[in-house]
Amino acid sequence: MVELAWLIPVLPLAAAFFIAVFGHRTTGQGDRVGIGAMSIAFLLSIGVLVDVMGGARLSQQFTWAVHGDLVLRLGYQVDPLAAVMLVVVTVVSLMVHIFSVGYMEGDVRYKRYYAVLSLFTFSMLGLVISDNLLFLFVFWELMGLCSYLLIGHYFEERANVHAANKAFLTTRVGDVGMFVGILVLFMAARTFRFDELTAAIADGTLSLPLLTVAAILLFIGPVGKSAQFPLHVWLPDAMAGPTPASALIHAATMVAAGVYLVARGYGLFAPVPQALEVVAWVGAFTALFAATIALVMEDIKKVLAYSTISQLGFMVAALGVGAYTAAVFHLMTHAFFKALLFLASGSVIHAVHSQNMHQMGGLFRKLPVTGWTWLIGAGALIGIPPLSGFWSKEEILLDAWHHNPPIFWVLVAAAALTAFYTTRATYLTFFGTPRDKHAYEHAHEGGRVMTYPLIILGALAAVSGFVAGPLASFVYFGEPHHASFDPFVFGVATVVWVVGVLLALAIYKFNLVSRRRIIQVFYPIWVVLKRRYYIDDVYQYVFVRGMIGLALVAGWIDRHVIDFVVNAVGWIARRVSEYVDDFDRGVVDGIVNGVGGAFVVGSRVFRQLQTGLVQSYMLVLLLGLLAGLAILVIGG
Amino acid sequence: MMLPSGIPLTYPLVFGAILFGMGLYGALTQRNAIRILMCVELMLNAVNVNLVAFAATFWQAAAAGQVFALFVMTVAAAEVALALAIILILARREKHIDIERVHLLRW
Repeated sequence: MVELAWLIPVLPLAAAFFIAVFGHRTTGQGDRVGIGAMSIAFLLSIGVLVDVMGGARLSQQFTWAVHGDLVLRLGYQVDPLAAVMLVVVTVVSLMVHIFSVGYMEGDVRYKRYYAVLSLFTFSMLGLVISDNLLFLFVFWELMGLCSYLLIGHYFEERANVHAANKAFLTTRVGDVGMFVGILVLFMAARTFRFDELTAAIADGTLSLPLLTVAAILLFIGPVGKSAQFPLHVWLPDAMAGPTPASALIHAATMVAAGVYLVARGYGLFAPVPQALEVVAWVGAFTALFAATIALVMEDIKKVLAYSTISQLGFMVAALGVGAYTAAVFHLMTHAFFKALLFLASGSVIHAVHSQNMHQMGGLFRKLPVTGWTWLIGAGALIGIPPLSGFWSKEEILLDAWHHNPPIFWVLVAAAALTAFYTTRATYLTFFGTPRDKHAYEHAHEGGRVMTYPLIILGALAAVSGFVAGPLASFVYFGEPHHASFDPFVFGVATVVWVVGVLLALAIYKFNLVSRRRIIQVFYPIWVVLKRRYYIDDVYQYVFVRGMIGLALVAGWIDRHVIDFVVNAVGWIARRVSEYVDDFDRGVVDGIVNGVGGAFVVGSRVFRQLQTGLVQSYMLVLLLGLLAGLAILVIGG
Repeated sequence: MMLPSGIPLTYPLVFGAILFGMGLYGALTQRNAIRILMCVELMLNAVNVNLVAFAATFWQAAAAGQVFALFVMTVAAAEVALALAIILILARREKHIDIERVHLLRW
């Protein structure tokens, strides 16, 4: 089955083209085509995973380019990491495809939505099986495009267009750094392929100092794509897109691509601890930083967005402290429970037509399926055993404690905040008294197309943690990993989430401490958090307005300096032509006319020979005769 | 060199030259057409004198020069007839024969 792995990305690509071109002619405008393609891809990826678990591997290259004596052979590969990612991506994408049938019903750009969804899945799947940085970069950019298209789906609102631009440009900044890193590696090792790069490090072609620089540059890409500080600003704004799209790309898969890149290219990071140090601190800082902002968000999707940023920080930090397996594990569980939370929030939004949690409340009774699945997702996010999130988060904390205790404490603090904001969001949305009676009355579950994906993802979020053991000996870097257990770490983590949950309940459910009182006391901090540390504003002023200012200056220069020169040249040309004209008229025409005039004058003179008098002619005759005689006499 | 009669050759030649010169001068300066004609006759006769002088000096036996002189006289006579005819036509048309007043082919 593993030989068919190439088919897995190709199916959604074909579906995307089909939907784009023929979608309007099929029933459902192409949604069935998308779902069909994704189902087959999912089944194939399961088959591939089974094969790979049995030891099969696949590596296929073809000659991509030849330049002089440099031959680039690039292609794809399937190994445990890729196999796991294939399953995760296809399953989440499939759930999103199905859910969107209900959520996006009646949308004016339904067909385009499905086409882009398939195109995106193709890009992510392609990225996962790339065996080289060049292909990876191509798919990376393709995902950026799809993200832009999806965020800007409701482009009638200018704000959504700005959000899409912001996402694209911010990740672009990351992409530039990443590309420079790729080029540095290529210049040193003459290859894009991961295996060859690793070999180049081993035999010394790629020196460690250079590698450090290249690795950090390469990491800038994930900083952008996985929304780490300081390039995280686009993700909250990306919530302007349709919620199922947010579930797929801004929670589960695309943003995880950065984590995947570091994992896939771990051979480039492992030999250079300084680079890993940078990675770890960026991740840990982001985890805590984003969690603080999530505490005060009113919009349910914004809470989830900052939560995603924070959890991605966990994964990045994990990679930074050497917890390869743990990071990949958390990527997997997070994909499931975060996608679940987003889809569930989508269900809520669909029910009450609002994203503001202060307009919700008590929805658990009206939306039981959504409510229960949300609870599972929330529990996994907080890290409550035996849900999946607990297992993966535990592993990360464990590895952090063993390798880098400061990072461990930062992550613990982030975990505490995670528990708090998740409980807050859960309570405000589903419990207590409804704050908007009208919305509450009309709230109802979506159909089966919306509830079934929730249930499936709920199941996955609940049980996927149990693969911890097998996963450790399946996906690892260097030697097989062993999932271990440390009572201390377990204790700290448990205390922390329990405290977080209780604190949130105390404020929101039991009203032991008034929310308003807290805001009053911590007002300055509250404002800073509410304004997201003013980072978005700073970027707006410095970069956006800066660029506009630069453009205005350039425009002024263009109009006044360059056009001045151009016009001056034109003016000079005109003046010169005037002089040339004078010359033409005066001199040239003068010569021509002069020649004519000379003839006229000459003829006037010579005409006088024609006297008409016979005697003059006779005289001339005589003179000529005498002249001839003279010549004859003198010459002879 | 002298003629059989003992006159040096130069005498008749100079005489002929003077005659020719006078005739030439008249032909070029006179206004009356008939006068010009008479001057032309004078020139022709001067040429005759020249011819006869040489003939008498060198070819007494052949007498070629004298015969040539006869031809010249004949041609002169014919030419005068023709010229007079033209002058007659001119006189009828213009009522005068002043050639300085006849310049239709002027510029």
